[in-house]
Amino acid sequence: MARLSAGVSMSHVPAIGAAVDLGKTDEPYWRPLFEGFEFSRAWIAGEKPDVIFLVYNDHAVTFGLETIPTFAIGCGERFEIADEGWGPRPVPTVIGAPDLAWHVRQSVIQEDFDLTTLNEMKVDHGLTVPLTLMYGQPAEWPCRVIPFAVNVIVYPPPSGRRCFELGKAIRRAIDSFDEDLNVQIWGTGGMSHQLQGPRAGLINQEFDRNFLDALVDDPESLAAIPHVDYMRDAGSEGIELVMWLIMRGALNKKVKELHRHYHVPASNTAVGHIILQND
Amino acid sequence: MALDKPYKDIPGTTIFDSDQARLGYHVNQFCMTLMKPENRERFLENERAYLDEWPMSEAQKRAVLDRDYNALLKLGANVYYFGKLFFTDKISFEKGASLMAGMSQDDYREMMVSGGRSPDGNRFIGEKS
Ligand SMILES: [Fe+2]
Repeated sequence: MARLSAGVSMSHVPAIGAAVDLGKTDEPYWRPLFEGFEFSRAWIAGEKPDVIFLVYNDHAVTFGLETIPTFAIGCGERFEIADEGWGPRPVPTVIGAPDLAWHVRQSVIQEDFDLTTLNEMKVDHGLTVPLTLMYGQPAEWPCRVIPFAVNVIVYPPPSGRRCFELGKAIRRAIDSFDEDLNVQIWGTGGMSHQLQGPRAGLINQEFDRNFLDALVDDPESLAAIPHVDYMRDAGSEGIELVMWLIMRGALNKKVKELHRHYHVPASNTAVGHIILQND
Repeated sequence: MALDKPYKDIPGTTIFDSDQARLGYHVNQFCMTLMKPENRERFLENERAYLDEWPMSEAQKRAVLDRDYNALLKLGANVYYFGKLFFTDKISFEKGASLMAGMSQDDYREMMVSGGRSPDGNRFIGEKS
């Protein structure tokens, strides 16, 4: 049987990918950010997950305004790296896990979560930066990946409650898959940030730290936060944090926090990172 | 009956909701084309002519030509879309954000390195910190 062993969250700021690709990780601006992932790199090398269920959002790269799926699951065999305008990031092609992805799709749609199914899609920094943070620069990614894209750009995104409940449905789907697989779920994006308008640069460290605390012990309280609170308190783009609730919903009620890291800033964003193990 | 839009009183912020996405459809789709280098080149050669290929309002075209990003936000453009203009102009997202904030890039970076813009006094229009 497939086993969901852990959940991981991290921000997916494009400048982090660029810092790695351009060899800048030792610069004073970037070093403290990357130091917080040293534990994680060693941990995942020992865990060797077979499949990452990777919750992220596309940033007007693969999806323009012609099609705006609220939830979309990547069921394809492989996902090429998108060219976001400066050439594709120099990272390996992402290999899918179509058998599990098709299984999850059928299971959660039967539970009333109406996913969009994607077989051909390119993936942007929202998906590749988390892989880079956890695995560095390998010649091939050492895991298969199910991309799970959430609309957080065209308001409204799905509610935190909906995301949390969807996570639970995804968990039931993984648990009912017959192949013996070690699966992790990642929820990416956030934390507080605002990229637009005269209020650009907003960071709310108190909000972020409370969010990290509650993510461990009291995720129900986070699922109740309305969109407007994220936008008001954590910046208009801080609403990406609803994606972390899909990750948390998929885990056990009780989890063990293995690692946490928080750093301001990466470009315009507060970077948060947490590893939660299913107890 | 109108929808409840409780985010309208957040200062310095335009939420990309249905109204904005409807208003900005063509300007955003124009921005998408700038991900291709040959389109960036053609745009930079004659910006006006390139913009005239799109059914955008004159105000939207003007805001693109002026790189008035705060005006673009009001006219329905979204930052992930007009971010394609940043790299057409070879500026970073940090620089783009500093322009919208009305700060020099150095001052903006200094603010970010010092912990970012505080939410205190910035949650509601007219609020005093
Ligand atoms: Fe994102």
